[in-house]
Amino acid sequence: MRIFSPEAYAKSLVASVQEYSLLCARAVANIFSRPRYMADIYTQMDSIGAGSLPIVVLTGFFTGCVLALQSAVNLKVFGAVNMTGELVTLAMIKELGPVLTGLMISGRNTSGMASEIGSMNVTEQLDAMRALGTDPIRKLVTPRLVATVFMVFFLTIISDACGIGGGAFVAVYMLKLNAGQFFHTGYMALEHGDIVEGLVKPLFSGFIIATIGCYYGLRTTGGTRGVGQATTQAVVSSSVLIILVDFLVTQLMIGIFGR
Amino acid sequence: MTATAENPWMAEFLSRGGPMVEFENVSIGFEGNPVLRDVSFQVALGETRILLGPAGGGKSVLMKLVNGLLTPDRGQIRVFGRLLSEMNEDEIFQMRAHIGMVFQESALFDSLSVEDNVAYRLEEDHIDPREIRERVLEVLRFVGLEEAIEKFPAELSGGMRRRVSIARAIIGRPELLLYDSPTGGLDPITSSTIIELVVKQRDVSGATCLLITHRLQDAFTLATHRYNLRENQMEPIPNHRIDPGTRFLVLNEGRVIFDGTTLELTHTEDPWLREFIA
Repeated sequence: MRIFSPEAYAKSLVASVQEYSLLCARAVANIFSRPRYMADIYTQMDSIGAGSLPIVVLTGFFTGCVLALQSAVNLKVFGAVNMTGELVTLAMIKELGPVLTGLMISGRNTSGMASEIGSMNVTEQLDAMRALGTDPIRKLVTPRLVATVFMVFFLTIISDACGIGGGAFVAVYMLKLNAGQFFHTGYMALEHGDIVEGLVKPLFSGFIIATIGCYYGLRTTGGTRGVGQATTQAVVSSSVLIILVDFLVTQLMIGIFGR
Repeated sequence: MTATAENPWMAEFLSRGGPMVEFENVSIGFEGNPVLRDVSFQVALGETRILLGPAGGGKSVLMKLVNGLLTPDRGQIRVFGRLLSEMNEDEIFQMRAHIGMVFQESALFDSLSVEDNVAYRLEEDHIDPREIRERVLEVLRFVGLEEAIEKFPAELSGGMRRRVSIARAIIGRPELLLYDSPTGGLDPITSSTIIELVVKQRDVSGATCLLITHRLQDAFTLATHRYNLRENQMEPIPNHRIDPGTRFLVLNEGRVIFDGTTLELTHTEDPWLREFIA
């Protein structure tokens, strides 16, 4: 039986962080040099953006609905049901829109990237690509990175809008609140910092989704079983990192904007 | 335009006629297990070097080292007269434009059609689409697969995939061809077709090649046959002569056991080697 070595584990952990950092640096640096694979960027934008639209719309809408229902119950105790719009809008734009969009797209696309690149790796297609003079990081990672960051940003805006729409639907048809009041209280509660916070988070989420998915794909070994393991690890790591970075960005934004 | 015309250093190297590939005391291992130990050999211009040896002897690793897909732990590798360790990544990608590689399991891009697989290198070089189409048809005709141009790799048999892989490797008119077990896992008839293609490519283009095989009969076919372009078929070299440009390298447990000509191999006194080729 192999004895667990803390030293070997620590070394492999440091090596993994180093590999991941190098991959990120090279993927970003490739944006500023030729050749650029524009067709691959558009294909990935279609797959990540248009392909993820239904889950983002549905998740955003029903999150807004639930938020309005739950908050109305508690606000009623204090006689403040008319503040439902403010609560739903702030929660969706600052927190739930960016995080839930990130997690949903992570579940759908990180796994897709890890399994696609992982399968190419175990069938020597990545070696073939290198042998044919193409850098797989430039051809596969950079287009996914650009497309994911760009599309997650806009999908988050759509998710925010659907969430507020869902909240308004529940407020008007189930809680019998005034639609104008719902939107007005929400609008008045928002400040510049809230919008910036809600739009900065998806940039980080998009970066994490693409780089983690590609990183696990590129280091896949061990045939189809290895592809399965890489896919699972990619989704877990990406989801945890999205929430961790969300916490750090929130802390940073509170430091900058004071709320 | 060929890759040689674009790179003056390549034309200059070919005019000098030095060794195409040179290994000097190369060693490599993975996770503490040595795979190649102190391997040294040279492959001359126009030579066909056949790599033989038991499975797990490090032959495929050696092939990947030649193409810069792996980096040795120790020793030096020169390809086209240039040290790989002194080349940056861009220079290695430029060097690969002169090397065609056929992978053990074909390694075709499964999401691309046969046409796009074969045309991949030319499309990366932004060559005119009409010229790409012509050259794709030309190489597919060469490997006898013109009718499969629209198909996807999943629709092809193992032998057909290997032939597409050869077409993809030769479309860039490379100076050096690397065949990693081109007949591995194929039935004898399909293997003979593939070896005939290798002989045809060797005699038509005159390119230097390294070939790994587990089938001794394939190795000896390469040494004893030539391609007759008029008859459009492979035939034995007259008077039982042997192709002087064919040499052998035998690896066992990561070490070079034999480096020499066909006659030297068949007349070896080494008991292990005699048993191996028996």
